[in-house]
Amino acid sequence: MSKKDLISITDYTKDDYLRIMDLAAEFEKNPNQDLLKGKVVASLFFEPSTRTRLSFETAISRLGGRIIGIADPGSSSVTKGETLHDTIRMVSNYADLIVMRHPLEGAARYAAEVASIPVINAGDGANQHPTQTLLDMYSILKTQGRLDNINIFMVGDLKYGRTVHSLLMAMSEFDNQIFNFIAPEELLMPEEYKMHLREKGIKYYEHREFTDIINAADIIYMTRVQKERFSDPIEYEKVKNVYILREKMLRNTKPNVRVLHPLPRVNEIHTDVDKSEKAYYFDQALNGVFTREAIIAHTLNLK
Amino acid sequence: MKDSNKKKLKLKVSAIKDGTVIDHIPASNLFDVINILGLNKIENQITFGTNLESEKLGSKAIIKVSDKFFADDEINKIALIAPHAKLNIINDYVVTEKKIVEIPDSVQGIVKCFNPKCITNNEKIITKFKVIDKSPLALKCCYCEKITDKDHLQII
Repeated sequence: MSKKDLISITDYTKDDYLRIMDLAAEFEKNPNQDLLKGKVVASLFFEPSTRTRLSFETAISRLGGRIIGIADPGSSSVTKGETLHDTIRMVSNYADLIVMRHPLEGAARYAAEVASIPVINAGDGANQHPTQTLLDMYSILKTQGRLDNINIFMVGDLKYGRTVHSLLMAMSEFDNQIFNFIAPEELLMPEEYKMHLREKGIKYYEHREFTDIINAADIIYMTRVQKERFSDPIEYEKVKNVYILREKMLRNTKPNVRVLHPLPRVNEIHTDVDKSEKAYYFDQALNGVFTREAIIAHTLNLK
Repeated sequence: MKDSNKKKLKLKVSAIKDGTVIDHIPASNLFDVINILGLNKIENQITFGTNLESEKLGSKAIIKVSDKFFADDEINKIALIAPHAKLNIINDYVVTEKKIVEIPDSVQGIVKCFNPKCITNNEKIITKFKVIDKSPLALKCCYCEKITDKDHLQII
């Protein structure tokens, strides 16, 4: 059987998504299961990402696995000029699974080609971060009780934000969705994703203003406008403060609405939202551990 | 003498006995075509002409390779930069077959990914693309998933 890598969200089918959701629910009920006993997982973070790394390493620990890896790329063999190819070949001989974050786009796909063991992409530059998408889906399922018939508002940087692109692709596999995009001119949802929705006959609406249109939402997915994605700092300054969610804006929204954010936030969600029962972003982060346990178990055929 | 007759006469001068004539190559892409087909590395007799007048292309190039017959997937590689190229297969001075090139469904190792942050531009990796649109040309990188279009097409 060929190995089950997870590099892009579209590597998974709708059945895979549903399977991960089921497994994540199971791990939420019973997070400590010794499924990885005697196994070694390589956690290769060629770019620092404390949040994602800790989430993965917690998931591996709760499954009873051992971790080897790179946490600080500054001290690794990479600084000595070793190629990604050679690092992956070497690690393939040591471990049973690779979890990898890399600053270059396409690095994870390449690593999966080189490695003899499965690779899970924990983010490759601005390209893909599929485990984030699966934890977002699990959060939607948990808070709404379903993955179809969802009115999703995506707000902020819809141009460079990889999380919104992947979430759009995954959620478009389920029926009767409505997408609403709120973004400034400079950061609009790219045409290829809108075309994908049109081809699937899914309704979407685009807005420039962040107003009471959000009252129709089931999910408000906020994103950070990331300075490093802009080549021109002036462009960043123009748009960084455009869309800020405040508690009072949530007053007339539906009772079931939940605010999601991949975190870390800067200022796009005012801290007065934190105490609202509609704020879900911190719970969302915890769901990441259960979802990653599910992905690891699925990848290694442990369940 | 009529123009068409003059042309025929000229062509006869450099006619080949057996082999392949590749015509209607955009003059500016001649050397890329030579590279892609590896013509700079073979021992066969090759003649080429460039900056020839062409109604369709403005100025065109032509390559004649003796004793060489290309497989379809080999010749289709040049479709990216010479989409109107026409092949005449010559046997004993006679055109025995005519072929046109077709843009393939996938492209390996010819084109550079336009994304500077792509792994293929930072480590020694053979590029790989899926052709998602043939006209206008759009290639999706199998690694970084970004699309390289006709305007950003760069031959390695």
